[in-house]
Amino acid sequence: MSDANNTPLTLVVLVKHVPDVQFDRHISQDSLRLDRSESVLSELDEYAVEAALAIVEDNGGFAAGHQVIAATVGPSSSANSVRKALQMGASSGLHLNDDAIAGSDTVATSKALAALVSHVPNVDLVLTGMASTDAETSVIAAQLAERLGFAQLTHAQSVEFDAAQREVTIHREHGDQRLTLKAALPAVLSVTDQANNPRYPNFKGIMAAKKKSIEEVDLAAVGLSAAEVGTEGSTTSVLAADKRPSREAGTIITDSGEAGIALVDFLAEQKLI
Amino acid sequence: MSSALVFFSHVSTVPSKAQRELLTLASRFENPTVAIASVPGEEALKVFGSYGIATVLQAENPQASFGTHELSVLDAALQHTDADLVLLENDSFSRELGARIAVRRNAAIVTDVIDVSADLIATKDELAGGYSASVKSATGVLIATVKPNSIEDAPLDCQDSVEVKNLELAAPLVPAVSIVAADQKEASDRPALSEARIVVAGGRGVDGDFSAVEDLADALGAAIGASRAATDAGWISHDAQIGQTGVTVSPQLYISAGISGAIQQKAGMQTSKFIVAVNKDMDAPVFEIADLGIVGDLAKVLPQAAAEIRRRQA
Ligand SMILES: Cc1cc2nc3c(=O)[nH]c(=O)nc-3n(C[C@H](O)[C@H](O)[C@H](O)COP(=O)(O)OP(=O)(O)OC[C@H]3O[C@@H](n4cnc5c(N)ncnc54)[C@H](O)[C@@H]3O)c2cc1C
Ligand SMILES: Nc1ncnc2c1ncn2[C@@H]1O[C@H](COP(=O)(O)O)[C@@H](O)[C@H]1O
Repeated sequence: MSDANNTPLTLVVLVKHVPDVQFDRHISQDSLRLDRSESVLSELDEYAVEAALAIVEDNGGFAAGHQVIAATVGPSSSANSVRKALQMGASSGLHLNDDAIAGSDTVATSKALAALVSHVPNVDLVLTGMASTDAETSVIAAQLAERLGFAQLTHAQSVEFDAAQREVTIHREHGDQRLTLKAALPAVLSVTDQANNPRYPNFKGIMAAKKKSIEEVDLAAVGLSAAEVGTEGSTTSVLAADKRPSREAGTIITDSGEAGIALVDFLAEQKLI
Repeated sequence: MSSALVFFSHVSTVPSKAQRELLTLASRFENPTVAIASVPGEEALKVFGSYGIATVLQAENPQASFGTHELSVLDAALQHTDADLVLLENDSFSRELGARIAVRRNAAIVTDVIDVSADLIATKDELAGGYSASVKSATGVLIATVKPNSIEDAPLDCQDSVEVKNLELAAPLVPAVSIVAADQKEASDRPALSEARIVVAGGRGVDGDFSAVEDLADALGAAIGASRAATDAGWISHDAQIGQTGVTVSPQLYISAGISGAIQQKAGMQTSKFIVAVNKDMDAPVFEIADLGIVGDLAKVLPQAAAEIRRRQA
């Protein structure tokens, strides 16, 4: 066997700064863009951070020279989500921040993310969440695999990483099948909320994160021009975004022994049976 | 007028309800064509014909590398047809195929679509159904993944014969993902969750016992769903999970039993036409969105409702 086992791993975890799902979220009628105040690290990206940290811990820890780089594309406030990933245990941060990126759709965002990943030398694995909790498109991982020419392993419910063979094996669901899939590095891996239990940043992690660096880069630094991203570099154009009338509470009854009948009366009234 | 291409990874003996919705939508455009990454049977072809599909492009799946064949078929079919509207199912696998092709061909990919107009403007759900947005392609081709239960299934009154062509596929360009093992899930007689007309869902409140939920689902011919608390507890398969990280449903009727209605659960069901909630806690958030809320014990209410439905139908 080669000494591949000893080669330090470079893992890039993509983290997105998104409006907190616990609050009311709004799309501005002027810009047709999401109001991004009150944003946090996308909850589903914590599973990707955890998966990356677990891979490092199973392979000699950070002492072995491995890197987990938390990377984001977004405005200045997005650094807060990178910071949270550093508190969880990522080793450094990378932040592509450029005004020209505002308004990017998935095709343009994946272009920016691919350029950002390529800015890091010798990446072995790119990890993402199963979906961003704002756009909820679940397409970025596949688009990155396409752009980077990496193997695509998505929607992993569990992950086995073999550093010696430089392979990743995952379990995922696919229609009426449960699959075990395997690919060689480099790969793009998206993980679901079934994959692990993300750790909380503890006091030690929070203190350690203060000393970790976040490299901020602009488009020029990753070799992109303004026209390749933003609305100009996007393939979709949003014409309108209308708030649906919020659902209202209907009739509420308390069961006094006949509620099952009332339920059926309701179904009959609404012609559902 | 635009021409439409519908892509299916696979079609069973006959197309599923969600697939027929895509065929209905395609039939509103010119040259509606179907591409399949496997070989459809005679019966499926007949169904395609009834939606005015003139051409079916097919290519047998060698089952070599995961996802590679489907990607090649979609790419080749798009090249072959020059369609400017591509319709896909809304599951994660289909979305990802569409997303890769969008990158490859500088096309627009739009997910969670509920309709596409004659001038190729897609209407889609945003923020878990809180908003409805109109989106168009800025580059010409629109790739839309369409949510089940969005389009009224309407075959045309025609029985055209369908021309079947084998697609020539170029060697795939993507790194291999090998299929180490494939286990078939247990088949169920109930309707598929994502496209069911009625869903009965149970949460932590069923306390390990889904029989009352199953009984009511049987009486209604409904699919069975669950909250993450119930699937995490192992009371029911993860496939049944409804919500942000599970299946999104838009049925005519959603009956929620013993589910509190957390934001992540609502994200997967709040576009249902009617919501009925049974919960013993009158302050449960699910009551804020229920058309009928019943404060009560699901172990009493559900069996009584199931018995009453059977009595009325007898
Ligand atoms: C990243 C992430 C993703 C998530 N994704 C999802 C998702 O996709 N889907 C999802 O559902 N959740 C999801 N969750 C979990 C979600 O936040 C809630 O924890 C979960 O939905 C709670 O399930 P529950 O309502 O069954 O349980 P609980 O919140 O415990 O509620 C149980 C309810 O049952 C009622 N009850 C108890 N006994 C009875 C009885 N006999 N009769 C009637 N009522 C009774 C109680 O009053 C209570 O309201 C996610 C969470 C995270 C962090
Ligand atoms: N702007 C971004 N910055 C960093 N990561 C992102 C960004 N957008 C998407 N991602 C990653 O891609 C995943 C899927 O996002 P999406 O396709 O938008 O649902 C997310 O869970 C993130 O890991």
